[in-house]
Amino acid sequence: MSLLQTGIDALLALGLVWLAWRALACPDLFRGIVLFIAFGLLMALAWVRLEAPDVALAEAAIGAGLTGALLLAALARLNRIAPAGTRADTREAWRNAPALLLVLAGAGLGLAVLSLLPEPAGLQAQVAAELGRSGVSNPVTAVLLNFRGYDTLLEVLVLLLALLAAWSLEAEPPRREAAPGPVLDLLLRLLLPVLVLAAAYLLWAGAHAPGGAFQAGAVLGAAGVLALLAGWRLQPHLTGLPLRLAIVIGPGGFLLVAWALLLTGRPLLEYPPALAGALILLIETLATLSIAATLAVLFQGSRPAAEPPA
Amino acid sequence: MTGPDYLAALLLLAGALFFLAGTLGLLRFPDVYTRLHALTKADNVGLGLIVLGLSLQSGSWLVAGKLILIWLLVLLAGASVSHLIARGARLRGIPEWRR
Amino acid sequence: MSAAGFYALAGVALVVLGLYGLAVQAHLLRKLLAVNILGSGVFLVLVGLGGPADAGPDPVPHAMVITGIVVAVSATALGLVLMLKLTTTSGRPTLEDDAPREGPEA
Repeated sequence: MSLLQTGIDALLALGLVWLAWRALACPDLFRGIVLFIAFGLLMALAWVRLEAPDVALAEAAIGAGLTGALLLAALARLNRIAPAGTRADTREAWRNAPALLLVLAGAGLGLAVLSLLPEPAGLQAQVAAELGRSGVSNPVTAVLLNFRGYDTLLEVLVLLLALLAAWSLEAEPPRREAAPGPVLDLLLRLLLPVLVLAAAYLLWAGAHAPGGAFQAGAVLGAAGVLALLAGWRLQPHLTGLPLRLAIVIGPGGFLLVAWALLLTGRPLLEYPPALAGALILLIETLATLSIAATLAVLFQGSRPAAEPPA
Repeated sequence: MTGPDYLAALLLLAGALFFLAGTLGLLRFPDVYTRLHALTKADNVGLGLIVLGLSLQSGSWLVAGKLILIWLLVLLAGASVSHLIARGARLRGIPEWRR
Repeated sequence: MSAAGFYALAGVALVVLGLYGLAVQAHLLRKLLAVNILGSGVFLVLVGLGGPADAGPDPVPHAMVITGIVVAVSATALGLVLMLKLTTTSGRPTLEDDAPREGPEA
């Protein structure tokens, strides 16, 4: 490893810690959120340096992009509910902190990591040995959708659960925002086809290259968020059953496949090798639609009204 | 290193210089409008130079095409977003900087 | 030390920072930021320890981190809705115990 690369890694690692510190410590919440988004983008770079391009894509799209959009939208709503509540005096709080406990915890964790570093034991060999039977050639997709498919099934259900909880809380009645002007509208008209194409490409490429359902779903969901920002809303006849179908089709299809495989006498989510590629693509396509719909609706914050708000 | 390599290195360095100048402007300029001015110059020209340099190095038309597509998308998004930021600032009544 | 080592140690620092922020920050939105930073730290440790060895990077932690990122955004979205709901009912985006005891009323 050359000196230059070591320098970049050290700089990136220090930059991450510094941005996290500033995001938590600066008194203005808006500034904190912006710093957090920058932190997410640096995280994506760190994943690239760690040779994890799949994670980098997911981090850039979800960790930085969509989480940032959710935080900013929540801050705007908070401003309307409690205008005084968006500044937090942090200096008072930072003083009387359980600092010693945290230093001890940090030192313990650091020692544990340092003791584990010399001999990283991975599952590369096992994954490589079984990759041929998984139906895909990207090892990360093979782990996500085949070897540990139950993880991913539960994860898709967690996303659905979060949406159900958010909907049943109904924090705030839907509200018409000021129109953002013609530029965003035009940008959206140009970008929407590109984003849909990019999502389809990521979904397809996930079988053999970095990409997959989560990255594709996040890109498609970001298209939905942009549309919501530009003031576009679903037609009232689409917000009922069609939207709900789009939201449950991913977890539903996944469960159906798992159930059908159980019926044929196989263990949970163990695909027949001949069908594995097709089944993974089917599950991923449905999951992409549901992830995109769920993320966009979570951004909107409230249950889309069947009739336009008065 | 051959001729194209030197050219690519020159382009990359020039691009980095634009980013440096843009960042300096972002940090030092007095108000939101002048900062946007500095930032868009860096993004558009700096990234363009870097994309050109990388395309020369990539040695494949497909990769070069993808890189240029990325540049075009950043141009589009950057121009729109800086317009939206400037518009938001105006609607909020943030005055322009005067000496 | 390998590059992965830097990131694993940065992950430890992020975990500590996140815990610190979670413990001492009163504002719930800031607590959510802290939880997200804590999570990122855990992800960095996870991947950094399985880092690029001679056999290439280990895909299992990568897949687990992708799962974790999606779960983190779900939890954040839910947390934000809860925060807004609490603020609507109580008028303050903080938990009862963390309310400022002195100084000007918010």
